[in-house]
Amino acid sequence: MHTSGPIVKLHAVNKRYGAGPEVLHDVSLTVAAGDFVSLIGPSGCGKSTVLKLISGLSPATSGEVTVLGTAPRQARDQQAFIFQDATLLPWLTARRNVELPLRLRGGSATERRERAAELLKLVGLDAAQEFFPRQLSGGMKMRVSLARALSLSPKLLLLDEPFGALDEMTRYRLNEELLALRERAAFTAVFVTHSVAEAVFLSNRIIVMGAHPGRWHAEIAVDFAYPRRSDLRARPEFQDVVNRVTRLLHEVELQEEATA
Amino acid sequence: MKPLSGWQVWLLPVLSGAVFFALWYGVRAVAGLESWILPAPHEIAAAAWAERLRLWRAVGSTAVGALAGFGLAASLGFLMALLLGASRSWRASLYPWLLVLQMTPVIVLAPVIVLWAGPGMPGIITITWLISFFPIVANVTQGLVSADMNHVALFRMCNASRWQEMWLLRVPAAMPYYLAGLRIAATLAPIGAIFGEYMVGNASGGSGGLGFLVYSYNTQIKIPALFATALTSCLLGFVFVAAVALLNWAVLRKWHDSFEPNDH
Repeated sequence: MHTSGPIVKLHAVNKRYGAGPEVLHDVSLTVAAGDFVSLIGPSGCGKSTVLKLISGLSPATSGEVTVLGTAPRQARDQQAFIFQDATLLPWLTARRNVELPLRLRGGSATERRERAAELLKLVGLDAAQEFFPRQLSGGMKMRVSLARALSLSPKLLLLDEPFGALDEMTRYRLNEELLALRERAAFTAVFVTHSVAEAVFLSNRIIVMGAHPGRWHAEIAVDFAYPRRSDLRARPEFQDVVNRVTRLLHEVELQEEATA
Repeated sequence: MKPLSGWQVWLLPVLSGAVFFALWYGVRAVAGLESWILPAPHEIAAAAWAERLRLWRAVGSTAVGALAGFGLAASLGFLMALLLGASRSWRASLYPWLLVLQMTPVIVLAPVIVLWAGPGMPGIITITWLISFFPIVANVTQGLVSADMNHVALFRMCNASRWQEMWLLRVPAAMPYYLAGLRIAATLAPIGAIFGEYMVGNASGGSGGLGFLVYSYNTQIKIPALFATALTSCLLGFVFVAAVALLNWAVLRKWHDSFEPNDH
């Protein structure tokens, strides 16, 4: 089994959809085991596209993408994707939604049930197992989505602005819960977000991207030790990093205005 | 708009109905219309009572034809939609021709259908099936192809087979569409059966059915009885639509947004 070596490797990747404009230009990235990498940048910088390339949902136009040493599609059972909305199937209860990946893989009914119950407990939804998605709040739905993503114990979690639609309080709580889950489940994460504070709180590496075409602008290391607690947000060092990232984003915007 | 209170929901249709009946009697009195042109509501009720045995037998026969045609349309329509929803090439090859067939009025085809399917029940069921088949095919196909893109991506990420994607994602996602199609078909099926009987019933020498009663009362100029037949057909249609509404409730109430979350 794969133990050493990078979890994700992008080398000189370019991407365009059909005959459209270039979405990503010469992107290279190496994600090591245990990394929590956030991608941040203006809209249209292709950060969601990076996740699509890693997941194999969309192929690179040129360049090389490897996940756990193989092609992205071959590594699918080692990765899970968390979408912008919770993408729960509305006709299934919370529990059966969490069971879905196991069901698609052919796990036995009792195995599925136990695993789903365990995961829902882990995300604090023990009491909501038999609720349908429309009976759940936005935050609860996202917790179910997290539980579903973790059901196959993936090595790599791809998150596409998962908390973007939530209010700030809920978002903070879910950020903390996500890190707590990471302590237990030890996954590597690539996280796309619009929120600087969220990126700084969660990641050990932040990549600031520029747009038109999407490209790497700068990378920042975030050295606060894990586990991180909510009080980190109030510390001046945290604010310093937030300011640095904000300045970099501002730079990107100025560049874009200059070329536009 | 302000929601209506409980008694308003009941009283308002009763009031409008009373106005309607008053107008009915008024028009008759003012224009001096005779029963064989526009019978009064009480004459229709009397005719319905007098003809109750024939009407009862006829509605039973029509219900059988309508139900059989509806059942065929519901099952074959679903299978056809699965075929169309599963493959773009099947959809491209068949859908235009299905539309052509749908645009062809069944009334025009009816004599040929009787010729092919045979008089009596087979012809009636075929006509009913033809009339209620297309709304089901069109709705279910639409439902199967409009599954949420992110759900599809989720299934792909889980390495789901096409079969799993169809049965665990597309078919459940198409359920509200299927039920909408069934609702349309439920209003069409009794009409189809009655029309079929009207066409076929006399060809077979007249073995019951509301459609045949329409034919026979009309030739006998029993106009109040004709209105009573219309009323009976209307009740049959109600039963069909109510049954589908019940099915709709049973399938969708727990998860679909057309029902309040605390309805169950």
